[in-house]
Amino acid sequence: MLYVVIVYLWAAILLYLLLGGADFGAGIIEFFTSRRNRSRTRRTMYQAIGPVWEANHMWLIITIVILFVGFPKIYTTMSVYLHIPLTAMLLGIIARGTAFVFRNYDAVKDDLQKLYSRIFVYSSVITPFFLGIIAASTVSGSVDPAAEDFLSAYVFSWLNWFSVTVGFFTVSICGFLAAAFIIGETNNEEDRGFFTRKAKWMLAAAVACGVLVFTAAYMQGVPLVEWIFGKPGGILAISLASLSLPFLWYGLEKGKTVLIRLAAGFEVTMILFAATYRHFPNIVLLKGGGYLSLLEHQGQDKTIDALAWALLLGSIFILPALFYLLYSFEKKRPVR
Amino acid sequence: MDDFLAARSQMALSLGFHIIFACIGMVMPFFMAVSHYKWLRTGDEVYKQVTKAWSKGVAIFFATGAVSGTVLSFELGLLWPVFMEHAGPIFGMPFSLEGTAFFIEAIALGFFLYGWDRFNRWFHWVTGVVVGVSGLVSGILVVAANAWMNSPAGFDYVNGQYLNIDPMKAMFNNAWFSQALHMSVAAFVATGFAVAGIHALMMLKGKNIAFHARAFRIAAIFGAVAALLQPLSGDISAKDVAKRQPAKLAAMEAHFHTEEKAPLIIGGIVDEKNGKVDYALRIPGMLSFLAHGNFTAEVTGLDQVPVENRPPIAVTHYAFQVMVGLGMALVLVSLLYFIALWKKKSWLQGRWLLKLFVIATPMGFIAVEAGWTVTEVGRQPWIIHGIMRTADAVTPMPGIVYSFYIFTAVYISLSLIVAFLLYRQIKMVDKLYN
Ligand code: HDD
Ligand code: HEM
Ligand code: HEM
Repeated sequence: MLYVVIVYLWAAILLYLLLGGADFGAGIIEFFTSRRNRSRTRRTMYQAIGPVWEANHMWLIITIVILFVGFPKIYTTMSVYLHIPLTAMLLGIIARGTAFVFRNYDAVKDDLQKLYSRIFVYSSVITPFFLGIIAASTVSGSVDPAAEDFLSAYVFSWLNWFSVTVGFFTVSICGFLAAAFIIGETNNEEDRGFFTRKAKWMLAAAVACGVLVFTAAYMQGVPLVEWIFGKPGGILAISLASLSLPFLWYGLEKGKTVLIRLAAGFEVTMILFAATYRHFPNIVLLKGGGYLSLLEHQGQDKTIDALAWALLLGSIFILPALFYLLYSFEKKRPVR
Repeated sequence: MDDFLAARSQMALSLGFHIIFACIGMVMPFFMAVSHYKWLRTGDEVYKQVTKAWSKGVAIFFATGAVSGTVLSFELGLLWPVFMEHAGPIFGMPFSLEGTAFFIEAIALGFFLYGWDRFNRWFHWVTGVVVGVSGLVSGILVVAANAWMNSPAGFDYVNGQYLNIDPMKAMFNNAWFSQALHMSVAAFVATGFAVAGIHALMMLKGKNIAFHARAFRIAAIFGAVAALLQPLSGDISAKDVAKRQPAKLAAMEAHFHTEEKAPLIIGGIVDEKNGKVDYALRIPGMLSFLAHGNFTAEVTGLDQVPVENRPPIAVTHYAFQVMVGLGMALVLVSLLYFIALWKKKSWLQGRWLLKLFVIATPMGFIAVEAGWTVTEVGRQPWIIHGIMRTADAVTPMPGIVYSFYIFTAVYISLSLIVAFLLYRQIKMVDKLYN
């Protein structure tokens, strides 16, 4: 049953990265769009994310619940040492979620719209940035349970070049996912060209940030290269990701929307796989070689069993409903 | 302010904020479902407008509720890591089931809000009901988790170790039923009177009577029925507290000395130092009856509780008085409304009844906040009753005060914006539906 829980944990993280990420990305694209084009960006994106955006963020909550029920030691270690970036991310989530809804549901459309938009756009960039920082900090060995002073316990646990570059990388990946997903939602040539350009641009940014991540890892002594290329599985994942790039580019050139979405999703899945595979089951690596493992720091058996059953039963209800939701809003024709 | 106090205040602030949105998220879908049903059955367009206007309000509340809830699930760890490390695996069951309930709620809300004219009408109606039912289920589940903190169950506590964990037993602890029942009814009371009050105000201003009268009636009936049930459910809660947390009951009632035929104390000023209540009204034997169903039963007083295990008495007592006082006021308004509906139709034409409803607008929510203050402050100094102290559970990170200031500023601004948006929404009713 422990493995059921672990699979759900991984899947929830992946889905949050893909769906929640694309959702953040919508704001990131808006951020990098000239003022002239903003209203168009907004219209298309709102149509695309409106009905499902509430559901996207449930994956984060599922992740947190799995962590605190199943792996309390991991949840509390992160909460204590990464308090500051977690709080920053929470403030981002509050600002973004509320600004999005205020923008769409304010009964009067006046100058306040500009304020909502500004808040939405900035928090869309900041939130995934801190998410990236948090993810990187769990594995970069910067969390130090033996630290004595405030700075090394609560600030340098996450403030370092490696984490910051991973933050930028996450932002660019989210932007890329949003552009890639939205291409299929456009209904005219001009919009399609616009988002295709954005997707290419974001992909290039992601590759550039990726290079920065490796550089920072090297400078900081994080054995990133060894993690990713140290085992056949990692090499395979990275090769597949690289091999899918030409397909992605082809899809973008020819406007093949399904291919673009599949390739983009696949790309990100492989990156997450490569990043987590080598040091599995240790998901938090501490300073001085300590670690927290999914196979050693879990709750008691009965808890894990109950959690696994709750997740399995939950999926029976959720997945069909979720697919139906996505499906019905995909076919735009009103059915009556 | 020290960090411990800051952590407690931040938790209380976040929960006090979240509960308002949670209540509305649990209850409004039922109001909408009734109005939606009436439109589908009678074809009366005004009911459709009511449903649509309400659903816009709900979208705003839902999003604010969802983000504040997300914040809470992190805050449990950010502020109380020691508590979560031990409690997470024990009381986590309701939270893992709640995930499903939230998810279904979010999916159904997507269908409901964006589904006008897209789906079969009855399918669309059912998605609205599903939003309400899953919201109610999630409310019940979280309250079961909170009940576990009052009435820990499902594990053996041996030498500081938590052994033989049984998550199902933990979820169905002794307090879950009384608390979940009382909370669910409270959500209907609070939301019902708040919504009815706003529509009553608009009727008094003579705006859009057809629209507001229909909306008022739905909300008022829900709220009034719930208000009449609430004292019954509160009585169950009180008897339950008397059994499981005598110290909390004693603090609620400011009952300092263990005695038989204990009097019920109403009003008065609590003097914690000298262990007495000045200027209060006393009804002899009533407390014994309320707590144990017998006018002569002995009620444990605070003198039986070691000083270091006593909750803050004044806060708990005043909060309890506020809740019960408001509860009784709402019972009165509800009775008058039902008399008007059944016997004295002429009262419905008068303005005074509507004015009463306007005055009652915030009462339910104030009672909810007071009730939670009773439950949570009355549990102190324990975070897990009798097992772990709140002071031992707090995060080691210094500087929580700043985090408290930031969150206070955020929540205050959010409340102002939501109030402002709601005001605009209501003002627009004139333009849209006249
Ligand atoms: C509209 C709101 C409202 C109203 C009118 C009342 N209550 Fe209440 N009460 C709540 C809203 C509430 C609450 C906020 O929902 C609480 C907090 C925890 C809980 O489960 O419910 C609560 C808690 C609570 C508790 C503590 C339960 C515990 O710690 O486990 C008791 C003993 C009562 N109530 C009793 C009453 C009585 C005798 C009332 C008589 C009128 C009453 N309440 C009216
Ligand atoms: C939503 C309604 C709730 C409100 C308004 C509320 C209110 C409060 C208040 C006033 C405090 C501060 C008590 C003090 O420090 O003296 C508090 C503390 C706390 N509450 Fe609640 N509470 C609610 C529900 C819950 C639920 C459902 C849970 C958990 C499942 C919970 C967990 C806690 C924790 C962990 C603390 C901090 C430790 C403590 O002071 O005991 N609360 N809450
Ligand atoms: C008595 C206290 C509580 C009640 C009755 C309650 C009930 C609810 C309800 C009905 C919702 C749906 C939101 C809406 O419809 O507007 C909600 C949202 C949420 N609550 Fe609470 N809640 C309580 C306390 C808590 C606590 C202590 C936590 C965290 C541990 C929490 C976590 C959440 C989360 C994560 C959401 C967002 C889910 C979504 O996106 O739909 N809640 N809550």
